[in-house]
Amino acid sequence: MGLTVHSTGKNIADGYADIKKQSPLDKVVALAGNPNVGKSTVFNGLTGMNQHTGNWPGKTVASAQGYYKSHKHSYVLVDIPGTYSLMAHSAEEEIARNFICFANPDAVVVVCDATCLERNLNLVLQTLEISKRVLVCLNLMDEAKRKGIRIDTQKLESRLQVPVVTTIGHHSKTLEGLMDAVDALLLAPQKDFGHITYAKPMEDAITHMMPVIQSKADPSLNPRWVCLKLLEQDCALTDEICHYLHTSLMEDAEVKAAVDEGLAILQSHGIDQDGFKDVIVSSLVCAAEEIANDVVLTKTSGYSQRDQKLDHLLTSKRTGYPIMLALLCLIFWLTITGANYPSSLLASALFRLQDYLSAAILALHAPIWLHDMLVLGIYRVLAWVIAVMLPPMAIFFPLFTLLEDSGYLPRVAYNLDKPFKKCNACGKQALCMCMGFGCNAAGVIGCRIIDSPRERLIAILTNCFVPCNGRFPAMISLIAMFLTFSIGGFFGSLLSAVLLTCIILLGIMVTFGASKLLSLTVLKGVPSSFTLELPPYRKPQLGKVIVRSIFDRTLFVLGRAIMVAAPAGLLIWVMANVEIQQISLLSHCAAFLDPFAQLLGLDGIILMAFILGFPANEIVIPIIIMGYLAQGSLTDMTSLIELRSLLIQNGWTWVTAICTILFSLMHWPCSTTLITIRKETGSMKWTALAVLLPTVVGMLFCFAFASIAGLFC
Amino acid sequence: MTYANVLSNIKPGQTAHVKQLLSTGSMRRRLLDIGLIEGTEVRCVGCSPCGDPSAFLIRGAVIAIRMEDGEKIMIS
Repeated sequence: MGLTVHSTGKNIADGYADIKKQSPLDKVVALAGNPNVGKSTVFNGLTGMNQHTGNWPGKTVASAQGYYKSHKHSYVLVDIPGTYSLMAHSAEEEIARNFICFANPDAVVVVCDATCLERNLNLVLQTLEISKRVLVCLNLMDEAKRKGIRIDTQKLESRLQVPVVTTIGHHSKTLEGLMDAVDALLLAPQKDFGHITYAKPMEDAITHMMPVIQSKADPSLNPRWVCLKLLEQDCALTDEICHYLHTSLMEDAEVKAAVDEGLAILQSHGIDQDGFKDVIVSSLVCAAEEIANDVVLTKTSGYSQRDQKLDHLLTSKRTGYPIMLALLCLIFWLTITGANYPSSLLASALFRLQDYLSAAILALHAPIWLHDMLVLGIYRVLAWVIAVMLPPMAIFFPLFTLLEDSGYLPRVAYNLDKPFKKCNACGKQALCMCMGFGCNAAGVIGCRIIDSPRERLIAILTNCFVPCNGRFPAMISLIAMFLTFSIGGFFGSLLSAVLLTCIILLGIMVTFGASKLLSLTVLKGVPSSFTLELPPYRKPQLGKVIVRSIFDRTLFVLGRAIMVAAPAGLLIWVMANVEIQQISLLSHCAAFLDPFAQLLGLDGIILMAFILGFPANEIVIPIIIMGYLAQGSLTDMTSLIELRSLLIQNGWTWVTAICTILFSLMHWPCSTTLITIRKETGSMKWTALAVLLPTVVGMLFCFAFASIAGLFC
Repeated sequence: MTYANVLSNIKPGQTAHVKQLLSTGSMRRRLLDIGLIEGTEVRCVGCSPCGDPSAFLIRGAVIAIRMEDGEKIMIS
């Protein structure tokens, strides 16, 4: 769940245009690499930024930037998405390639997984063809050592003709060494582009084209590479090259003639467009294999016994699904039990503070209406948001991050691929859903890991059926108040966890149903191809996980909720206190919504809370409470018991609670998510559908449940 | 299309060598990216709870590939 300050807004550069240098002398260094080689860890280690890391490929879906000062230079580091190649098959690969090719970084650091060097070299070789200043960073050296892999770095240096530095992502000493090497690289005289020898027909075609291309193209681009790309006839790339050169290369008669002749040479050897790519890739793979065989001294299979055993346990027919469910349930149980006590403690502390605040404001002789507005309006909603949200989040986030860092999440996608395929969707959607647990906006961005545009849209439109952390703390309190209230202690919290898991399962079922529905109607198509890397399991760094998830995710999310809650609290207080014909505005609105809300098993206030909660779902429950309080008489709310009696006074039953939970699970996405959907899909039509789909489904579920329950009550 | 000599037919624990890729388009490029070219050794290391996709060890990395995609990878 790539939810951080950085993944949901600022500091994300989609293109290569907006590098923010702190001074014009800053050097731009791109961090490239295969997915899941610890690139983000290196980036964070250097910049101190909290770009979120996780043990699964595709974590970084957009570029992030950070700053580093070495002994000689100050740097802007750009963490570009992980890719296997620069031939650009997907959006993130295109971002990576365009950055290396056209943004003219001062240097490119290719981060490699030392445990899996051969495959990483493929990208290194491709980068060498494009960029003159390249440095190879062999990361995860600790893991390689554990696996008994030894690499002759000096030999690798001489084979590649570029500096090679070994690092351990979370050891800052090794990272300093890396940047010292970058310093040295920038001072050293610029070398020529790397050179890979291709099969004879290719070389003939290139030799033939070179004179023309050399005279036409910019010297910052490798003419050999431009020849290759022109022969490859990749329209998107040639357009990009033309855009970069500010000329239309293909309209130039000489260039066109040279390309045609080059193609003719290839054709005479029976190499067509597809065959061309095959030959290029084969040459690269063979070159990488040859170098790897030369420099990797001890070879192991790369897939350890331990991983094999774990995979057997976590993905086998008998244990795969039960363990998945059990883990989900366990996480919820720990969250519920752990959050219980701090939550009530926090609530009483915050409400005690309210008394002091109240006294202080009155002591300043502030008018009563101002006091009420600040204390009863803004402060009380804030207090509720913090008391209800903070403890579950502070427990859930670290737990989930642990799971994420360990490498379990790709196994979830692997396990669930078949069901998703049955719905004509992609198993990687499961990864986006996991991110959705943190924040649906992050989940929507995460959908970029899905290559097929059709399957990506399905994943985007159904992402909000997974309750984000803004919603499930509310679900937890509702379950505790109305469903497991009479059963206390261990069994009570266990039952709460099981019930919450059932709600999540319902959300997952609805995701399947909605995906199927979409693929049968507006997004018709067959499932596309699918490859998913299952990375080695890694032991998460406990301390880092806790610090990172609390300071980065928890406080960020809480901050955002508070920012929204304050004006919402004010609004609801104003609505409750502005009267039209002796009836408050709040009552007018609630009365207006009430008939429809009753059909859904809710009431006017609840529905209005959902509407006012549009900017952030965290504030729905506090608004409901405020709404009732404005009409009722209770003043002090410090525990679930009092809250429960307030709700019951206002006509709540277990049916209302379940309907509220259902509606919370399935209604319009929050504003942040919608803005993200608009950005990701680039269309108002899909954004509108993203509102309609969950809303209609949610209303149907609530209506059906309320009607059926009504028959029995 | 079920040939005996396609990747989807090898069972967990079995090893094979790639003979030819019949896949086209983006799948072909993906497979080439992960280093699946003629002669590459591939070992099946397991399959998911539903029996599909299966996991293969390719050049030191474990990659999940679906049955119908595996049918287009000829092996020997």
